[in-house]
Amino acid sequence: MGGKLLDSNNPRPREDTLSALVLKNAKAIGHKTAIREKDLGIWQSWSWSAVADEVKWLAGGLASKGYVRGNNLAIIGDNRPRLYWSFAASQSLGGIPVPLYQDAIAEEMIYVFNDAEIEFAVVEDQEQVDKLLEIMPQCSKLRCIIYDNPRGMRHYDHPAVIAYEDVRNLGRKFIEEQPDFLERELEKCHTDDVSVILYTSGTTSKPKGVCLTHRACIDVAKADMGFDGYSDDGEILSYLPMAWVGDHLFSYAQSIVTGYTVNCPESSETVMTDMREIGPTYYFAPPSVFENLLTQVTIRMEDASKLKKWLYKTFMAVAQKAGLDIIDGRAVSIKNRILYFLGNIFIYAPLRNNLGMSRIKVAYTGGAAIGPDLYRFYRSIGINLKQLYGQTETLAYVCKQPNGAARLDSVGTPMPGVDIKVSDKGEILVKSPGLLKEYYKNPKATEESITRDGYFRTGDAGFIDQDGHLKIIDRAQDVGTLNDGTMFAPQFLENKLKFFPFIKEAVCFGDKRDAVCAFLNIEMDAVGNWAERQGLGYSGYVDLASKPEVYKLLQSCIEQVNQDLAREDSLSASQIKRFLILHKELDADDDELTRTKKVRRDFVAEKYGVLVSALYNDAKECFIETQMKFEDGRTGITSANISISDAKTTQSNLELAA
Amino acid sequence: MNDTDRKLGPTILKVESISLAFGGVKALTNISFEVKQHEILAIIGPNGAGKSSMLNVINGVYHPNAGSITYKGNVRQQMRPYEAASQGIARTFQNIALFKGMSVLDNIMTGRTLKMNAGFLAQCLHIGPARNEEIEHRKKVEEIIDFLQIQSIRKTPVGRLPYGLQKRVELGRALAAEPELLLLDEPMAGMNIEEKEDMSRFILDVNDEFGTTIVLIEHDMGVVMDLSDRIVVLDYGKKIGDGTPTEIRNNKEVIDAYLGVSD
Repeated sequence: MGGKLLDSNNPRPREDTLSALVLKNAKAIGHKTAIREKDLGIWQSWSWSAVADEVKWLAGGLASKGYVRGNNLAIIGDNRPRLYWSFAASQSLGGIPVPLYQDAIAEEMIYVFNDAEIEFAVVEDQEQVDKLLEIMPQCSKLRCIIYDNPRGMRHYDHPAVIAYEDVRNLGRKFIEEQPDFLERELEKCHTDDVSVILYTSGTTSKPKGVCLTHRACIDVAKADMGFDGYSDDGEILSYLPMAWVGDHLFSYAQSIVTGYTVNCPESSETVMTDMREIGPTYYFAPPSVFENLLTQVTIRMEDASKLKKWLYKTFMAVAQKAGLDIIDGRAVSIKNRILYFLGNIFIYAPLRNNLGMSRIKVAYTGGAAIGPDLYRFYRSIGINLKQLYGQTETLAYVCKQPNGAARLDSVGTPMPGVDIKVSDKGEILVKSPGLLKEYYKNPKATEESITRDGYFRTGDAGFIDQDGHLKIIDRAQDVGTLNDGTMFAPQFLENKLKFFPFIKEAVCFGDKRDAVCAFLNIEMDAVGNWAERQGLGYSGYVDLASKPEVYKLLQSCIEQVNQDLAREDSLSASQIKRFLILHKELDADDDELTRTKKVRRDFVAEKYGVLVSALYNDAKECFIETQMKFEDGRTGITSANISISDAKTTQSNLELAA
Repeated sequence: MNDTDRKLGPTILKVESISLAFGGVKALTNISFEVKQHEILAIIGPNGAGKSSMLNVINGVYHPNAGSITYKGNVRQQMRPYEAASQGIARTFQNIALFKGMSVLDNIMTGRTLKMNAGFLAQCLHIGPARNEEIEHRKKVEEIIDFLQIQSIRKTPVGRLPYGLQKRVELGRALAAEPELLLLDEPMAGMNIEEKEDMSRFILDVNDEFGTTIVLIEHDMGVVMDLSDRIVVLDYGKKIGDGTPTEIRNNKEVIDAYLGVSD
């Protein structure tokens, strides 16, 4: 069966393309498990040599169906071994895989299919076949749809539709007839060829195809491997979309380069159970997943017996005190060490086990800001959760938090080989081994995003602090300037404020003004609870929000933020000078928030114009009348006298030095 | 639905002049109809029309006072539940009848009982043939779990599941018996639209993939009209209509009795 590829006469198999590396793995660690899939309740495994065979057969099948060098191959579906093999199969023929989000709307799919001139597609199941058949009239080039799961496909007699099984069998015969076919094809592949096109979802414009090369994938995977110590006995769970750069790197390129095992869950609903069974050693999840897990733990602890509750409370307090120092390798007192050791036996270890995180060496999160409580929780129970920063265009390879120096407020230090500059406007520019080759058939976009000296414009505003950590503060387009020229990053300030449990929402003003001022919303539960403990009576939200004591409370939060800001030279001038507490919660029904709960800053500034101007003159109080919508659709008027309070600012290092 | 590529086979079940009375109450009077192989037949009618009684007659829970049942060529005065089950008739119930404390997997496994041949002792000791047999059965059950897409609740006790999923598990248990004729008593009662859509899809898939003949009772007219090849309408224990959905929709008697008076 195509033995020539693995022929021992062949001195050293090439190692500079991903498809060649699959064959190298088959030779070097052929017996090791490459990929598993849970099917009919049992984990089925394929060794690297089995994978190499599958890839070979599929490549032969694609070739016999007329797939040639330069063709793009659309791949759509959940994380399935056969879909991962399709990447390698198309790459070994000199084609380019183009994974698509399976929940993409038809319009977007049509655009990508035409943009990438897709002729062949490998899809997971009937649902995707139906979708493709529907858009086929608008996608003139599409001529072959290969499906993995035969369920419900019996009555399809469309000439373009064919089962994976059939293509594989065709390929097996094809390879038997031409045993050296694939070897010849592989020889023609070059390390600087594009290995994958990942389309970025365009929120503002059409999706753009990011072309990444074999070299980028391999270099980044190798560098990550050195940084985090990935090895071929690692296990990961592949459950994030294949069209997303993180999954492509983590579940495909990284697995091929390091040889670790990829596990495909049974279905998207079983991810939690499957994770517990596998116990991955490396894990990636967006902050929302970590948040959901924590919520589930908290809810289940509420229902636990008294003894268990007490144990949980006691030892979580210990973890809060000592856990972070222990995981970061700092000095901890003997007493706390012993307590933490006990806590590990009674609470942390069982909890980690329950979360499927017993074996985790490194867990990453990224893509959005992670709350301090969340971050502290996971790290303090001994899970090495870190943040990373990167984009599709840089193959998610820019910054990572190093072990032992993970900090909540930064996304880490630049990775080996990465060069970061900050432009005059505060935008982060990156040169990375994972840098895209170009945007597919879009030289204009390529020119716009890559500077002449080869840096990628991230569109994020940020800076590098004294310790060399990169801090992302906002999208560059949202960043403004104060009248004295200081950078003003509203979202950065708002996030800092919102991390306090007492503050639900914050809106900062300062662009083209002399100072930064803020609107705050109290978090009713937290502040209400606090008020009760203080013996402070209140009649309702409006009353509570206007209490001088509450103002004092929030003032202390702001002053803490100001102290933090004073430590950063570039931001110290954007400390918050004055603030007020709004008498109503900002609400999506009143158009003050988007449906995804993001503040519509301009709208709020306009609606509460009176308050904004009051913040910037010396008024101590301001009367406001606003219309609000109730949940049943009725509208009403609320009015209040809102007091305005000053906050102390802290002198920055610069000022002290001066 | 594609009527053209669905091949209806010979008659699999024929009931003739069935009458059933509980004391003075006549539940069924002189009912006759037949079911062809691979067909989806719906029985509809107002409450108390005798629909569930009809199913109970078919699988032998009730014994009719008069008439005959012909199943796969054998004419009988009455069925017995055991007989019905061993000859390939499976059913689900209007009020879910699952073992609440047992897992989904075990519940579906009970549907395999009739197919198990190993002796009691061998099963207890879990040796040799009993073990192999269990692996076979487990495989079959897993295929059903996969088919019904309930992998995520495989090990969950049934009592903790929402109603719609319990219904799906019950369908799974019926399927575990690999029935030729599947009787579904209000499979979609109490479900929301999405659950109904899912269940309809599963019923069609069962019919299509396994070639199972299906007799179902359902109140949701939209579902009935979409799913069934043929509809039998009962009213006060009498048959007042029998035909394709289109015929039933235009049947005056049926409209008056059940669908609502036409203008």
